[in-house]
Amino acid sequence: MSAIGPASVIANGPAFEAPDPEVPDFEASVSARTRTARRLAPSTLLGYALPCGVFAAAIAAWEALVRFNDIPPYILPAPSLIGATLIKDWAILFNATLVTLRTTVLALGLAVVGGVGLAVLFAQSKWIERSLFPFAVILQVTPIVAIAPLLIIYLSSGTAVLTCAFLVAFFPILSNTALGLASADHNLIELMQLYRASRWQGLVHLRLPAAMPYFLGGLRIGGGLALIGAIVAEIAAGSAGQGSGLAYRIVEAGFRLNIPRMFAALVLISFCGVVIHVVLAALSHLTLRRWHDSARRKGI
Amino acid sequence: MTLGRTSPLSGMMSSPLRGPPPRPAVKAGSVALRNVSKTFSNGTVALSNLDLEVREGEFVSLIGPSGCGKSTALRIMAGLTAPSSGTLEGGGGADVGFVFQEPTLMPWATVFDNVWLPLRLRRMSRTAAASAVLEALALVGLSKFTGSYPRELSGGMKMRVSIARALVIEPRLLLMDEPFAALDEITRFKLNNDLIRLKAELGTTVVFVTHSVYESVFLSSRIVVMASRPGRAIDDIAVPAPADRDEAFRSSPAYVETCRAASLALHGAMAEDDYL
Repeated sequence: MSAIGPASVIANGPAFEAPDPEVPDFEASVSARTRTARRLAPSTLLGYALPCGVFAAAIAAWEALVRFNDIPPYILPAPSLIGATLIKDWAILFNATLVTLRTTVLALGLAVVGGVGLAVLFAQSKWIERSLFPFAVILQVTPIVAIAPLLIIYLSSGTAVLTCAFLVAFFPILSNTALGLASADHNLIELMQLYRASRWQGLVHLRLPAAMPYFLGGLRIGGGLALIGAIVAEIAAGSAGQGSGLAYRIVEAGFRLNIPRMFAALVLISFCGVVIHVVLAALSHLTLRRWHDSARRKGI
Repeated sequence: MTLGRTSPLSGMMSSPLRGPPPRPAVKAGSVALRNVSKTFSNGTVALSNLDLEVREGEFVSLIGPSGCGKSTALRIMAGLTAPSSGTLEGGGGADVGFVFQEPTLMPWATVFDNVWLPLRLRRMSRTAAASAVLEALALVGLSKFTGSYPRELSGGMKMRVSIARALVIEPRLLLMDEPFAALDEITRFKLNNDLIRLKAELGTTVVFVTHSVYESVFLSSRIVVMASRPGRAIDDIAVPAPADRDEAFRSSPAYVETCRAASLALHGAMAEDDYL
């Protein structure tokens, strides 16, 4: 009782005019953020310089190891030789990169359409989810290397490779999106109910945006897996005498003991993987930075 | 600020919000529970034979110990839960605003978009809804924050957005489920004052669930005290003060006396609880 006595009487007046104790608070936090960013600039620079330096040192050590020990190129080529091969064989390797990348991107796109579509279907009814989920799980747990030879028999080799890449990218997108659609704030769901929102409106205005962080997480995993799926399927198809992607070039170079070219193709595969990762991470960051906690500066 | 207007709703009433208004059985802003009981599927009896009538323009607080069914009563009025027996008159329509204990904002949407949501669900475009949204935000003093995201706001500001979202549909009945329980006392006092002013300005009927005797006395025209196991109403206390009261009311004899009466009733409710 005493806590609300005369001592705590607040001055009268139009109360909503200015939320004074709160406004400066907000502005302070904004300016504090920019200040922190400015102060962090040199250490951010170091943050880039350090990994680059360590990477360069590792390459230099590799080069030195090969040169000082006179290791023949068919056992371990020096980085400089790999670089030279990359330039010499650029026409072949670049075309192969395009083939593999096209397969990967196409497979990822199909996995997004299929995964999100099926997740939305699952969200409509528990029974649909119960009936179809086992198929998705079986496809997921069966190693793609084991399925690839069958697919190559049934389908044309290009389609088979695409299907393999699609199958591995599909599941993480499906399961993450399904989880995201199911984890919308229950109070917001009730709010939608209160305002007589249709099923479609609930999906568009609540469930899909709520699932976005989960979907983007699944997309990042799926992106990496699509590349792996494409490579695995190319190797399987390549041994059947077809295909012209990077993995096929690796197999072919292996038959000819052209080790430097194998390494050059490997470098390109890694590069593709890194590019996919960076693009998807950037997409995720741009989409979530304004509202999701995952896009915040790390505290701990 | 729009305090100077003769009728705060007149500007919004002409907006193409609704078609012809439906003819309800009871007056638009009133709501009544008649002999309502609610038993949950696990066997818990949340409400037993509750009779509660809220007349148009009233500000009724429901107070009582945890588990006395006050939130359940509110959810039944909102149409979020169906009663196991008994009837609901009024309430439950598209004309009802609801404020949860948490702000319950969409984190991915700006303040403007959050308040726009109820109108958007009625298929109103952003431009068509803009004046109503901005007016609702002006009512809660957040005109400068239309482009902010919820995480950039303090707890009190988030709750104001939540209130603006409830007000944007011009509800005749506003249901609030412990809306200020998670806020610090200073912010809570401020929002209490704001609510008094909004109530006086808009004339909306309000049903307000709270744990706090002081809050209920300061805000309400009537306090319904509830007891638990099973949930039921045990007392009905009128607050002898005009609707447009101000901070001075907090130190008036009428306030102190009503707080005493409500506290006694609440203690009576809690004494019946076997866990105390």
